[in-house]
Amino acid sequence: METLFGITGKDFVITAYDSKAVASITLMKIGENKSRELNPHTLMLFSGEPGDGVHFSEYIERNIKLYGIRNGIELSPRAVASFARRELADSLRSRKPYSVNLLIAGFDVKTNKPSLYWLDHLASLADVPFAAHGYGAYYCLSLLDRYHREDITEEEGIKLLQKCVGELRNRMILNMPDFVAKVVNKDGIRIVQL
Amino acid sequence: MAGSYDRALTVFSPDGHLFQVDYALEAVRKGSCAVGVRGTDVVVLGVEKKSVLKLQDERTVKKICMLDDHVCLAFAGLSADARVLINKARIECQSHRLTVEDSVSIEYITRYIAGVQQKYTQSGGVRPFGISTLIMGFDSDKVPKLYQTDPSGVYSAWKANSIGRSSKTVREFLEKNYKEDMSKAESIKLAIRSLLEVVQTGAKNIEIAIMGTDSIVQRLELAEIEAVVAEIEAENEKEKEKSKPSSSQ
Repeated sequence: METLFGITGKDFVITAYDSKAVASITLMKIGENKSRELNPHTLMLFSGEPGDGVHFSEYIERNIKLYGIRNGIELSPRAVASFARRELADSLRSRKPYSVNLLIAGFDVKTNKPSLYWLDHLASLADVPFAAHGYGAYYCLSLLDRYHREDITEEEGIKLLQKCVGELRNRMILNMPDFVAKVVNKDGIRIVQL
Repeated sequence: MAGSYDRALTVFSPDGHLFQVDYALEAVRKGSCAVGVRGTDVVVLGVEKKSVLKLQDERTVKKICMLDDHVCLAFAGLSADARVLINKARIECQSHRLTVEDSVSIEYITRYIAGVQQKYTQSGGVRPFGISTLIMGFDSDKVPKLYQTDPSGVYSAWKANSIGRSSKTVREFLEKNYKEDMSKAESIKLAIRSLLEVVQTGAKNIEIAIMGTDSIVQRLELAEIEAVVAEIEAENEKEKEKSKPSSSQ
């Protein structure tokens, strides 16, 4: 139900999430924030069980911030993803695991490369050029396969994301509200209009 | 007198002293000096940097530390104890943000640190932390704050204070020269002047950190500190010149 997208380009990552909060058959809220800024150059999107998503992502957010304060330097996106994966793996082997799926988008300021990581509630971690979570993945991954290139610019990335959202509007039985899109690049994280 | 009452921490002496806490304060008095000054819209922390040994990398010796984005701490005393206490405080800052989705107030984190220091004066098998701290920062009310804690777990707010070596001399200097509503430049000058009472070797052994209402910490470069030191020395020369002619008459 809850769809998350992530697309990397030449020097940025664009992410999008559908901003609706659902409780069984009712649409509770539009404009829900399904992302958390872990540090100035890393963004995490979450979907799955609503309470788990917020609880887990805020916990990761605070730990990443603590690392930054303790060491005076921000953790790289790869390290952030590994840390999150480890927490998910530990939770999986506990009495009640977190039921969250994540996309972690980051820009590594040391290597100047963008990166995107796909994590699911079974603690899988994949470093991917583009990714999606939720039913949207079934419709859009093939689109992304066809049109994505490693070196696309931000404008092309936004157009590609618009194509994906358009496809969902056409083919999904559920109404798709506006997606919120955020871009991560060397200047940080900002919202873009789709 | 001291005799058998200073061994265990959890034992009062007949005249109401906790000797271990007193001895911890002695350890603080041996540490390098730290000074804090509160201005109208700025707080300044200054520390005496011990001379760096030739082969030591001076960037790894930090005496002014960030607890969170908007809170800064300087300490005097045992550096290892400070490291442990600062780590606890940093975790508490993030834990507070996690539970109430709000950053800590300066008073809250000072109270927490003082609470930890007090806990270690009332447990068995542990000794008190041998450090006093100066904590500065701005809350959301944009009012500058400066607090001090000591090994006994006491904390209070100050307009200006000093801890560590010769803190009494420096505090007397501050009492004489502190003015209400000082500007940023005046606060920095007062902090450096008071440190110069203790630090004979000048700017290269002084470290200064400033925070304004924007809650961003700014550390002064050596050149900037040297400029203020030069200004202070010029003023001192002028004072000496003024008082000389009258005495020779």
